[in-house]
Amino acid sequence: MALAMVIDDSSATRMILARILGELGYTVEKAENGADALHKLSKMSRPELILIDWNMPVMNGYEFLVKARSMPEYDDVTMMMVTTETEIEQVLKALEAGANEYVMKPFTKDIIDEKLSLLGLGAR
Amino acid sequence: MALSSNDFTFLANYVKNSTAIVLTPDKDYLVESRLNPVARRVGVASITELVAKLRTNPTINSEVGSMVAEAMTTNETYFFRDVKPFDVLKSELLPKVIERKGADRTLNIWSAACSSGQESYSIAMVIKEHFPALSSWRIRIIGTDISRAMVERTKEGIFSQIEINRGLPAPLLVKYFTKSGSEWKIKPDLTSMVDASVMNLAGNWPMLPRMDIVFLRNVLIYFDLQTKRSILEKVNRVLVPGGALLLGGSETTMNVSNDYDRITSGNTFYYKSKGGPQPATGPTQVARAPYVSPRGSAF
Repeated sequence: MALAMVIDDSSATRMILARILGELGYTVEKAENGADALHKLSKMSRPELILIDWNMPVMNGYEFLVKARSMPEYDDVTMMMVTTETEIEQVLKALEAGANEYVMKPFTKDIIDEKLSLLGLGAR
Repeated sequence: MALSSNDFTFLANYVKNSTAIVLTPDKDYLVESRLNPVARRVGVASITELVAKLRTNPTINSEVGSMVAEAMTTNETYFFRDVKPFDVLKSELLPKVIERKGADRTLNIWSAACSSGQESYSIAMVIKEHFPALSSWRIRIIGTDISRAMVERTKEGIFSQIEINRGLPAPLLVKYFTKSGSEWKIKPDLTSMVDASVMNLAGNWPMLPRMDIVFLRNVLIYFDLQTKRSILEKVNRVLVPGGALLLGGSETTMNVSNDYDRITSGNTFYYKSKGGPQPATGPTQVARAPYVSPRGSAF
């Protein structure tokens, strides 16, 4: 199965996104902030997809995105922001930092699936 | 209060006559969920009273009649729905039109049953993004819908956060939309490409320009065979010879119309008009095309 990671400081959101990705055919690893994600990534196989919240303690999603995109081993991993940030400037900032897609909370399974389909990563 | 079978039959006949949408008895839940809000808006206590009001003037042009008809249509839509039709538009259909009509420099695309306009604007974004050569052409993307409210929404080009979350690539969001409060507005260079008007596919058609490409997706599934045949025959008359028809993933012209050739393109397909009317088709059973799951490239 394809591997994915969900990074969100809300355990409820982590659980919901992991369930959605599970239903779409992914095996999911969870992290509660950017630093936790980098630590876990260093110990696991490279995922195909990472869903990233923006506002998190320790290391936020934007900082994680910039850091991960600077590391060659994660250059071609699909990264999608899933966040409450809804201003157009934030969307642009995330895209310029290397996000492949952007979902504004609240989301549904259909929304996640439709965005992944755009990226060629729909139901596995 | 549950709908009586007498009232359901009246409503089903009214909806069939006014929109050609077929409501089978197992759709009573749908009728109740769609018409309870209409009853409240009209100011009556129940669907039974709504039906009584409709019986006094059962035409689609009456206020109650149009509200009932609009409520029974399905407006499910999102940007770049199913992805593949827009891949075909980009990779094959538009390049062919450019090749064929280079001297004429006009392009007409019809989004039939356009709902709130996401399909029309997805088409406009494909053209803007990938065909700069068309900037000097006269382009008309014509959206039509039976619902006046949906037509107005298409003209406005204003979408909620939930709507722009659905299927719209983020790079296109930042490029073609502005945000105002919680709403997202399409920029004028795209709204100027789209015309929208009220049209009942199952009724008398207004004069339409000859179309190069017709999007008629997830519409025929609501109609009976006779209505499907009639609509496909009229679409063929509207299309230029060799023009393209795109249907929904579970829809087909097979056993409905002989006016089209099915053309495979990549891992999907479209229908190409043969030109004039063709000999009548044989069997009356409607076959369904195999469903192709959406998976494709970004726009």
